[in-house]
Amino acid sequence: MSSSQTQEPASVADVSAGLREVGYLPGESTALVSFLATRLGKPVLVEGPAGVGKTELAKALASYLGRELVRLQCYEGLDEAKALYEWNYRKQLLRIQAEASGTGWEAVQEDIFGEEFLLARPLMTAIASEEPVVLLIDEIDKTDQEFEAMLLEVLSDFQISIPELGRVESRTHPIVLLTSNNSRELTEALKRRCLYLWLDYPELEHELEIVRLHTPELSETVARRLVEVIGMVRALDLKKPPSIAESIDWARALLLLGVKDIDADTFTETMSVIVKHRTDMDVVADRVGLKLRSPADVA
Amino acid sequence: MSPDQRDGPESVPSASNPSDGPESVSAHSDLPARILELGEELRREGVAVGTSEMLDAFEVLGEISWTSQRDFREALAATLAKSQEDRRVFELVFDRFFFRAAEIAAVQEGIREGERAALGELTEEDLEELRAQIAAALRDGSEGAMRDLARMAIAAFARRQEGSGVIGVDVQRIRRALGLRAEPQLELPPEGGRATDHYGLPREALRRFEALLRRELERAQIERTGSLPPARALGELDRALPSGPLADLAAVHRVVAQLRRRLATQGMQNRGHRRHAQVDVRRTMRASLQTGGVPVVLKYRPRRPKRPEIYVLCDVSTSVTSASVFFLSVLHALHDTFRKMRSFVFIERISEVTDIFEHERNFKAVSEKISGDAGVADISGYTDYGRVWSEFLTQVEDDLHPRATVIVLGDARTNGRDPRADIFAQIASRAGRTFWLNPEPRLYWNYGDSVIAAYEEFCTAFECWTTAQLEDFVRALTRPVASAQ
Repeated sequence: MSSSQTQEPASVADVSAGLREVGYLPGESTALVSFLATRLGKPVLVEGPAGVGKTELAKALASYLGRELVRLQCYEGLDEAKALYEWNYRKQLLRIQAEASGTGWEAVQEDIFGEEFLLARPLMTAIASEEPVVLLIDEIDKTDQEFEAMLLEVLSDFQISIPELGRVESRTHPIVLLTSNNSRELTEALKRRCLYLWLDYPELEHELEIVRLHTPELSETVARRLVEVIGMVRALDLKKPPSIAESIDWARALLLLGVKDIDADTFTETMSVIVKHRTDMDVVADRVGLKLRSPADVA
Repeated sequence: MSPDQRDGPESVPSASNPSDGPESVSAHSDLPARILELGEELRREGVAVGTSEMLDAFEVLGEISWTSQRDFREALAATLAKSQEDRRVFELVFDRFFFRAAEIAAVQEGIREGERAALGELTEEDLEELRAQIAAALRDGSEGAMRDLARMAIAAFARRQEGSGVIGVDVQRIRRALGLRAEPQLELPPEGGRATDHYGLPREALRRFEALLRRELERAQIERTGSLPPARALGELDRALPSGPLADLAAVHRVVAQLRRRLATQGMQNRGHRRHAQVDVRRTMRASLQTGGVPVVLKYRPRRPKRPEIYVLCDVSTSVTSASVFFLSVLHALHDTFRKMRSFVFIERISEVTDIFEHERNFKAVSEKISGDAGVADISGYTDYGRVWSEFLTQVEDDLHPRATVIVLGDARTNGRDPRADIFAQIASRAGRTFWLNPEPRLYWNYGDSVIAAYEEFCTAFECWTTAQLEDFVRALTRPVASAQ
């Protein structure tokens, strides 16, 4: 995994260039905060609307730094048995039954609470790993506050206490990214331990660059027109504004169709790639379709 | 205008530095104090900046180069501002703080800008030229060019007419005189004349240009008077109740998104009956190992929060016109997030509008439909609460149950009609919880024909005319219920 182990980046520009190399175009603050995270070893809390590349950032960082990515997807009702560790009780039961008679309780007890019977879950894996990893805790806002509280020990001291075994301390320092869609306020205690990064929809030029990177065959003019239209659509008050991933999908669709220019007709035909709610489609067709009609003649 | 460049020259390196920051920080005797002041100022604006945040900020500054204002700002922001809202405040405070710091230094040192470039009499052609240049700069988005043009515009207009002395007014006056607009004006021909009118200018760039105008005007004012105006808190102006329904819908959506989350988890968790708990076989087995495989301790499945059911009654009569826009946008946002929700609007009688909210996305269309053909049968246009309650009760009587929450949005002004608090009491007793949001300040409650006291016996009433108060309501809504009603 770590064959291409890179050393610590020396400057913000290094990080920026490195992320570019692996196909992620970071914004200025993204590169800066990633750099600080590698230098200070502090977790980063990444917030922003869905589909702006929060999860992608973690993947790109992992591949840039040549580290393994350990991912913990959060959901309502996630508990420590699924996030930290669990005893492999089936194996433990078998062990007990296999030696039902003959062995003393002391011996068995010592035996079944050994590392052999421990199932490591993502957080444990990240902490105990020999090689430094990138730990992604995705959608932390979906969990309960209790789970957040449990995370505090992991995030500030990089250690996990197991009652039967003792304390597992990290051998290496993982880079931790927490993502949140901002569906609830996170606790102050958690925020205090993190650096904060707000990812928003990129600016026009930046998004153009991203689209061009993923669909280099698309002509410059169409790509520019595309991000302009996407910008217009995002300016409307929609249930689900189009994400970056959707702009790329749209670019690919246009490429397949061999479109030379985005006019009102092409737009209405391919709109379903970027707008995914019936009510939204009405609004968009209404507002953007109209705007596209006249400038298309000029351009 | 990088802060360190401005502050750098005056500072004397000193060894006795109270801060434990890295080497590079202690090289500037001034800077740690400045950063602490900035933290102080952020706290005054309500951003929670703790000691650990300050320590982080110093640590971070040791890692980056200070030659770029952007890096400097981003690094501080990443450690000090931990939410989008905080980030917005941080931007404002950061700009103001370092702008003021630089200006104070300038006043103390007696530095003055050279006389502004003397322009001749301003002709229409000059104006047109300036206009075109600004429009071009806005499109390119080049900060330096925009700043220069902002100063030229100010100089040009100082010659043409007296400044009003109020910076905000001057900014708008200049912008209007230059005819800079963000909205496209499709009725103008795309070719010829002012080509920019047809498509409009990029909104974001225009906003930045206005900010630059404001800053340059402030600087000119400071230079004239030789002193700084008192620092004004950002305060309510920036955070007041959304008044424009479309522009600030996002703010309401944000508050309501929180409301949803808290409703869905905390409020309901502590309710219900323990006897329905299910045994979790996996965890019971795992626990049994501590007792040699004998399940002594039963483990239960965690209780999943129940989906709340919400009934909202919203007054749309004339007495609450100003507030009903706000209420409707709250309703609108609520509908986005709750699936089991029914809404009613009422004046003299009630009318269910759940369908409209579910099928219409555009807020404007929603409010038009509601005021138009939603079927709010209002003969007199005056609220009749008694009738509203009885109609509501007949419509939903069978559906109301202890897990339901009823929220009433209205001013409780009955126009002298019978409040029929007895029917309201029936509703409240059937529903689990009943809340009343009143858009009037508490001071006016129970004056005139307001009968909120009659209803307050059966529900919890809140005044609600700012987003902050809406958040208070959310907090109360999610507080665990003390006892079953």
